[in-house]
Amino acid sequence: MDRLVFLLATGLARGLVVALFALSLVIVWRAARLVNFAQAATATAAVFAAFAVTGATGSFWAGLAAALLAGAALSAAVERGLMRRVPQATPLPGMIVAIGLVMVLQSALGIAFGPRHRPMVAPFDERPLVVGGVPLLSPYDLFVLVVALAVVGLLAWLFNGTSLGLQLRASAAAPEVSRLLGVRVPRMVTLGWALSGAVAALAALLLVPTELGLNAHSADLLFVHAFTVAVLGGLDSPTGALVGGVAVGVLVSLVTGYLGAGVAPLAVLALLTLVLLVRPGGIFATTEVRTA
Amino acid sequence: MTTTRPAGPALRPAGRLTRTQRILVRAALLTLLAIAATFLLDPYRNYQLAVVAATFCATSGLTLLVGLTGQLSLGHAVLMAAGGYGYALAVNAAAGAGLDGDGVAALVRVVVGLVGALVASGAVGGLLGLAGARLRGPYLAGLTLAMVVALPALATQVPALGGDQGLAVPFEAVPEALSRLVVVEQWHAWLAIVVAALAVTPLAVLRSGRAGLRMRAVHGDETAARLAGVSPARVKVGAFVASSLSAGLGGAVLCLVTQSVGPGRYDLAFSLLLVVAAVVGGLGSLGGAAAGAALVVLLPWLVDTVTGAVGVPADLEQRLSGNLAVLVFGALLIVVTLAWPGGLARATARRRAPVPGPDPSSRPPTRARTDAPAPTER
Repeated sequence: MDRLVFLLATGLARGLVVALFALSLVIVWRAARLVNFAQAATATAAVFAAFAVTGATGSFWAGLAAALLAGAALSAAVERGLMRRVPQATPLPGMIVAIGLVMVLQSALGIAFGPRHRPMVAPFDERPLVVGGVPLLSPYDLFVLVVALAVVGLLAWLFNGTSLGLQLRASAAAPEVSRLLGVRVPRMVTLGWALSGAVAALAALLLVPTELGLNAHSADLLFVHAFTVAVLGGLDSPTGALVGGVAVGVLVSLVTGYLGAGVAPLAVLALLTLVLLVRPGGIFATTEVRTA
Repeated sequence: MTTTRPAGPALRPAGRLTRTQRILVRAALLTLLAIAATFLLDPYRNYQLAVVAATFCATSGLTLLVGLTGQLSLGHAVLMAAGGYGYALAVNAAAGAGLDGDGVAALVRVVVGLVGALVASGAVGGLLGLAGARLRGPYLAGLTLAMVVALPALATQVPALGGDQGLAVPFEAVPEALSRLVVVEQWHAWLAIVVAALAVTPLAVLRSGRAGLRMRAVHGDETAARLAGVSPARVKVGAFVASSLSAGLGGAVLCLVTQSVGPGRYDLAFSLLLVVAAVVGGLGSLGGAAAGAALVVLLPWLVDTVTGAVGVPADLEQRLSGNLAVLVFGALLIVVTLAWPGGLARATARRRAPVPGPDPSSRPPTRARTDAPAPTER
């Protein structure tokens, strides 16, 4: 019973990180109608920037700020430099360019930093607190929980409660009409990418201290999990991303705890296949057929 | 020249070969040419040729799938692995059942292994195809991506697949009759070339015939295709299965040549290399797939050779190994997609017919005639 509670709590913290990353996919999807397969690579590059800044200044918080800035800047550059030039008639060229970008970024990081995992120190204690005899979350997990929920709330407020959010949503939903009404659509698309890049970098940064360490492929699995979440919840739905993220996080945590870490990727694949075969629209989506 | 080409079998002048016959003749000639070429190569080159042939099986299937039906699979390495495991399991079962000798027994064993590869890759491909028929664009790509990532876990969890080490298969020696003529690498290259021919020729026939037309129709507009009596789901599943079978044969060849199959070889990086080969060669073009396969096999080796010869420090060399080639491939992928869609095939085929593929500008012959006399219109 203690074990179950502990695994559920850990799954919740991991799941919120996955949810954050999935949310970043949803933001790009809403802004540009494409799944950014390069999200993990840009986020990892941003975490490397954070690693360098933390190493130079000794402050985790400076690194955090650097990750957010680097993620936003890199994503905006990707949108301006590459994605804007991609033919939009079918989703295929966009995906292929993103995959090319993944290869370029990961191999460049591999050349620059080598294959070994660099340990990253968490700003808080990682040993779980014991509440009433049951080991629960560690202070770092609590920090992750608070940050993730705060960012989700902030994004919800930004998209639903501000004029900027209205412009972002409008330019994604009806670009032509928005342009006629005076919304600078290209600027909004770039802003959406930058926002998404910052969120993805934050998610990757929160994840790395709980894993082996930082290398060029640190966020690959995070992307696969987040994609599963996006499919589970539907790419259009932030609520779906949040609920799906927690669901996947808890699933991975339970499977890892009871069956072993080796089974977790299979469980995620099984979940993804099941959802795609039984309900290809996602659990929170309304459309019948997934179109891209 | 395209305007005078007969539009179908019904308009074919008597006494000429049908399209299928032309493809078969060309395939036979190319196979003989490739086999003849093995005599010019040293053993290591022949080994590389066998690997290129195996990769060609997978890239040809992938280029057909992506170019004609628009379904992007990032998981063709898994289909190759399925073929490799199917081959290994079948060959080992056959060897256990008494087919462990040389000569005819070895040949039968290889054929049994190839059938095993076809069954395994066909099963995996059929399942993926069923999912793919209901999904579009990023969803299929994501599902296949998750499969590649899960492959090592699957290999370690299922005891029959032999864990991280994978499975070993018996060494296929040169048959007695040929042992004075060829060494083992050349013999393996021959086997690889023949299997590649058997894998790719059906794809070429498929592509040029009605099935190819249906695939393009579904890719162009699903609703219109449905109205014309074409079932998009069936076409997509069929294309995926055909593509998987070819990839599975490639995996079988790779298993035969390297005498083992394991999860390490079929990782995400290799899967992405297959995509690179298909895109750089030109989506939809089988000749481009061959060129792309040669590129992705030979360039990493070339990069390693060059960095070894230049004499960079050991630490840097270790970092460059693998990464530099991937960097080049990624850049190629971006540049080709943005600036040079159509790839190598488009560059070489400009004087001939337009490459059939995702390009919407490939028009029926009648339009070309009406367009030609009015160049001043625009």
